[in-house]
Amino acid sequence: MVTDDRTALVEMRNVRVAFGGVHAVEDVSINLFPGEVVGLVGGNGAGKSTLMRVLSGARPADDGEIWIDGKRATINNPRQAKAYGIETIYQTLALADNIDAAGNVFLGRELTDRTGTLDDDAMEAATRAVMKRLNPNFKNFKVPVKSLSGGQRQSVAIARPVHFNARILIMDEPTAALGPAETAQVRDLIRQLKSEGIGIFLISHDIHDVFDLSDRISVMYHGKRVGTVNRDEVTADEVLGMIIMGQAAEETAEANAAAN
Amino acid sequence: MRAVNAILSAISAPVRSFLAATEIDTRLAGMIAALGVIWIGFNILSGGLFLSSRNLWNLSVQSSSIAIMATGMVLIIVSRNIDLSVGSLLGFLGYTMAMVQAMWIPTALGLGFNQPYTWIVAIAIGVTLGALIGGLQGFVIAYGGVPAFIVTLGGFLIWRGLIFWYAQGQTIAPMDSTYQLIGGGPAGSLGAELSWLVGILASLGIAYTVIMGGRRRKAYGFPVRPRWAVITVIAAGSIAALGAVWIANNYFWPPALATQYAQAHGITEPPGGLQISTGIAFPVLILIGVTLAMNYLATRRKFGRYVYSIGGNPDAAELGGINVRRTIVGTYAVMGILVAISGAVQTARLNAAVTNLGVQNELDVIAAAVIGGTSFSGGIGTITGAVLGAVVMQSLRSGMVLLRVDSPTQDIVVGIVLVAAVGLDAFARRRSSR
Ligand SMILES: Nc1ncnc2c1ncn2[C@@H]1O[C@H](COP(=O)(O)OP(=O)(O)O)[C@@H](O)[C@H]1O
Ligand SMILES: [Mg+2]
Repeated sequence: MVTDDRTALVEMRNVRVAFGGVHAVEDVSINLFPGEVVGLVGGNGAGKSTLMRVLSGARPADDGEIWIDGKRATINNPRQAKAYGIETIYQTLALADNIDAAGNVFLGRELTDRTGTLDDDAMEAATRAVMKRLNPNFKNFKVPVKSLSGGQRQSVAIARPVHFNARILIMDEPTAALGPAETAQVRDLIRQLKSEGIGIFLISHDIHDVFDLSDRISVMYHGKRVGTVNRDEVTADEVLGMIIMGQAAEETAEANAAAN
Repeated sequence: MRAVNAILSAISAPVRSFLAATEIDTRLAGMIAALGVIWIGFNILSGGLFLSSRNLWNLSVQSSSIAIMATGMVLIIVSRNIDLSVGSLLGFLGYTMAMVQAMWIPTALGLGFNQPYTWIVAIAIGVTLGALIGGLQGFVIAYGGVPAFIVTLGGFLIWRGLIFWYAQGQTIAPMDSTYQLIGGGPAGSLGAELSWLVGILASLGIAYTVIMGGRRRKAYGFPVRPRWAVITVIAAGSIAALGAVWIANNYFWPPALATQYAQAHGITEPPGGLQISTGIAFPVLILIGVTLAMNYLATRRKFGRYVYSIGGNPDAAELGGINVRRTIVGTYAVMGILVAISGAVQTARLNAAVTNLGVQNELDVIAAAVIGGTSFSGGIGTITGAVLGAVVMQSLRSGMVLLRVDSPTQDIVVGIVLVAAVGLDAFARRRSSR
């Protein structure tokens, strides 16, 4: 693993998750520093989403530790993860289709007045402010998100971590449903958030996305971490080789990393 | 087909832009239109009987018991569950409240009949028990993982069965004299002056809500409805409220009762008899209160937001950090409270608890919610819609009674309307989602 003098923002140690007999994540360790993008790649079913769901509190690990800012962290549910500043854009977006944009951005963290009444106007105002930055063309604030386009829905999902000032951002296939223009927008956003010192785990099946945006790339294969490489020290083909060949590619990649 | 669609959109375009400007829910507007058609149709067929004050007043009282419960069923169906137990639970809670006032307080405790506190104690016990039993069913569903259909089917059998443990099939009567007023009737109504007061307060309330809401949105710089739309909404709401009061006040006490009243108060009856306005009946007043409270709960509280988000996407709710299970328990506890309130209305109206109390109510309540636009796929449904759904159903029944249609035929018609309403709704939704 890459060593660094700074304290890691996130360190996941020896994480293990099994679904019945399926070892979705096996003894995986991974870390992330402030202002860094770590790309997480691997074939379908490699365990990328499951690993990240452990960090976001969606599915507690069967074994392993999570350290945040150098301290042992307890994350058993999404609420606890959010308290550590961990925000997630899920592959499925996790939107309630019947609720409008502001309702989704604030889902589970609604603003209320003194009497406990929902302050829908304040939530809409905050959502409009975030959207001005993310997607200035977004106009449909009063309709259920079901009636929005794929790109607009994605904007709503992205508005959530931006509004709540994520320190640690997990993006699971954030551009999968997007056209070229919207993909470019998301890429710009990732660069901007990174420059603000946010640490980002980026899962993507698009190796070029990952190569353009990441500082380091971790490759998973059948639930195991095959290796972690510095972006500048490998070629896309080498990473592809690791993704496809798994174990076999590990030696070459880690040898590469060690040589530098 | 294409021509039909073209005509449909040509007609609906101006209607839709009107509804958009006034921010009136399209589905709700459709229901009000359908209700108008039903009322006018029955009025013509019955030779003007249907839209008489007397019939409309009765309609309001007959609708309220089912409507009160339908507001709770909305939250349960919206969160992708069901409650088949409400009819039996109503019977059980109704019996409990009847026993409290007709046996336990007066005889078992020896405190005597018609004490000033009797009615409130009976209702408090019913409501508390309703919340506990509803919450228990919700607990088994949410934490026990037993499907709602099964748990409440069990409840359907259990609560009905418990009535016989209580009363061995006997009727419990009469009810406490104050408690009886909850059921409506001439004495259990507001009378002219208080009814006007309610109508005026309702109009002011509508105006206040609409204007203040608009002002707040304007302060935030959000788009607001045009002035004419604001005026239209306030005017329509006020006319509806005051019109309803006018109708209720035009229904007079039965002559015999009025004569009795005149003699008791030493009033000489004018020729043609004393005309005493009945006004808004207490069950209707309770329904209005329940509708306001449930609307607030559903749309302006976190609890309601959670219920709708669970129905829209349970995973998203869970990932948002919402306590899904606790919320589900809450929906059933609320349902139990509403069942108790309806049970009080029904036993007070009957002035008795009878063994078939609440039989088939679960079906009427579910039908009212569904006719009112609540969708079994979850996440969709409004409190106001469910109340309108109950009124639509009761209008059909009451209209058919006026036309001397027998009860089995009434069931057939209501059944057809139920299926047709859901079919039409599904059709409209497919059209709008294209
Ligand atoms: N909820 C679940 N129940 C059972 N198996 C699951 C579940 N989620 C993921 N898996 C399994 O875990 C493995 C890893 O899946 P996932 O983390 O989604 O992979 P990736 O995101 O890399 O495509 C797969 O074999 C998948 O079938
Ligand atoms: Mg995945």
